[in-house]
Amino acid sequence: MMSWRAMAAATLLVAAAPALLAGEIAPDARRSGYSFMGPDTRAMQDDDTSNPGMLFVLDGEALWAKKTGSADKACVDCHGDARSSMKGVAARYPAFDNALGRPVTLDQRINLCRANHQQATPLPYESRDLLALSAFTAHQSRGTPITAGDDPQAKPFVEQGRALYMQREGQLNLACTNCHDDNFDKRLAGAPITQGQPTGYPLYRLEWQTLGSLERRLRSCMTGVRAQAYDYGSPELVALELYLMSRAHGLPMETPAVRP
Amino acid sequence: MERACRHDPSAPPHPPAGEGWGEGVPTIENPQEERTLTRRCAASSPTSGRGKRSARLDISSHIPSIVAAVITLNLALAAGARAEELLPYNIVGDGIPASLTGSPGDAARGRALVLARTTTCILCHSGPFPETRFQGDLAPDLTGAGNRWSASQLRLRLVDASRFNPETIMPSYYRTDGLVRVGRNFAGKPILSAAEIEDIVAFLATLRD
Ligand code: HEC
Ligand code: HEC
Repeated sequence: MMSWRAMAAATLLVAAAPALLAGEIAPDARRSGYSFMGPDTRAMQDDDTSNPGMLFVLDGEALWAKKTGSADKACVDCHGDARSSMKGVAARYPAFDNALGRPVTLDQRINLCRANHQQATPLPYESRDLLALSAFTAHQSRGTPITAGDDPQAKPFVEQGRALYMQREGQLNLACTNCHDDNFDKRLAGAPITQGQPTGYPLYRLEWQTLGSLERRLRSCMTGVRAQAYDYGSPELVALELYLMSRAHGLPMETPAVRP
Repeated sequence: MERACRHDPSAPPHPPAGEGWGEGVPTIENPQEERTLTRRCAASSPTSGRGKRSARLDISSHIPSIVAAVITLNLALAAGARAEELLPYNIVGDGIPASLTGSPGDAARGRALVLARTTTCILCHSGPFPETRFQGDLAPDLTGAGNRWSASQLRLRLVDASRFNPETIMPSYYRTDGLVRVGRNFAGKPILSAAEIEDIVAFLATLRD
């Protein structure tokens, strides 16, 4: 609705100085989806031997060392040991790419490396190999506080993401903020609503029975309000992802998390 | 009451089960972990249009059946492509005094509709529904709604709750304008039909304590 856009724009102007906009969650009140889960699901995430996401991390570790593409190079040939070279990297993504002049997600970065350095075809979104590589990469940031969006060049895209987050959409006419800022800790048909923090992705969702990306999760919420979900990799989804990460500033990465 | 899917039959297949806020059969017993369902037609639903359509294709080995099938499909396409016309209604004061359909709704059907996840009411509301644990608490309990509001007010609230509170999160169930990026399968259609609204109004009016 136009009035919403106008309102969001007006709020932006008024609130240019203080960092926190109306309706936003104060930094010390930010909580991962983990804190909303029952003890069984928490235990599953906490124990690497029972966390199904770790199988993907192991697959990713194998792919990291596997030569591929016509360049016949593996990730390890350029980046060395991921345990040091990839430490903290995912906590900065989506990150601004100077060549493209826009932010790219970790998945997109992996496919850029495949195209530019491995001369390999891109891995499809939500394919097992892409999830495994991003899970392995992001796992190297487990415990690292999120800093994505700090880069001044990323700011306009953070703002774009914020506008999308505040925009009501779909047949049910609801915005992300209506649930995840205004109603977290309440229940939607009996299920707890969380703050929608992006800390654990890609993560294992019991309902999906597999690992899934943040984009898959966002598309699910859009489908939930009966809106036309944005395509994987679209500028809108990347901007939303970037806003969510900047909104989670300081929260530690959890990849691979487990969610109900 | 499970209603047949009224999606446009030409629409692409639904995303795999598991999208949205949970689809199909809950896999987890713990209500805390239970997912919610808002999609009108889960891909696995036996009443979904997809199921019907493939059944139709299965019998199409006979020429007359093909002709019949094509005609049926065309009718369905025409119906799906046309935006559902909203019946006109008159707002008087803070309500819509007259039935949208011209006849009274059926309270029993209305109760079943309110309880159906796909109608979305109990995503947000709770009420006197001892048979289900899966009720929301984003909105007032519906118990006693019939004391607090007249049928006329209830009808307007369902048709367009934003008339009572412009900031409300309650969707407008009988409105198609002013919406953004409505999903392909839902575009141009109100969330509920006029008859469904009347059934729900009839049910809510019985909620007296
Ligand atoms: C009507 C309520 C509602 C709306 C609107 C909504 N969501 Fe959600 N969202 C949920 C529910 C329920 C879940 C699953 C439980 C949870 O994590 O909150 C969820 C989960 C999430 C998660 C996963 C959190 C985690 O811990 O893994 C993210 C991220 C998210 N939503 C972001 C969004 C964004 C972005 C939008 C807007 C495009 C949005 N949501 C719109 C209800 C909603
Ligand atoms: C996304 C949330 C949401 C959904 C879905 C929803 N409502 Fe509401 N409803 C609300 C809220 C919030 C209020 C409180 C008043 C307001 O903010 O408009 C409300 C108020 C009401 C009231 C007045 C309650 C009272 O006694 O004061 C009735 C009756 C009602 N809703 C019925 C329904 C029915 C029937 C449906 C489904 C067809 C429904 N609602 C779906 C959020 C919702």
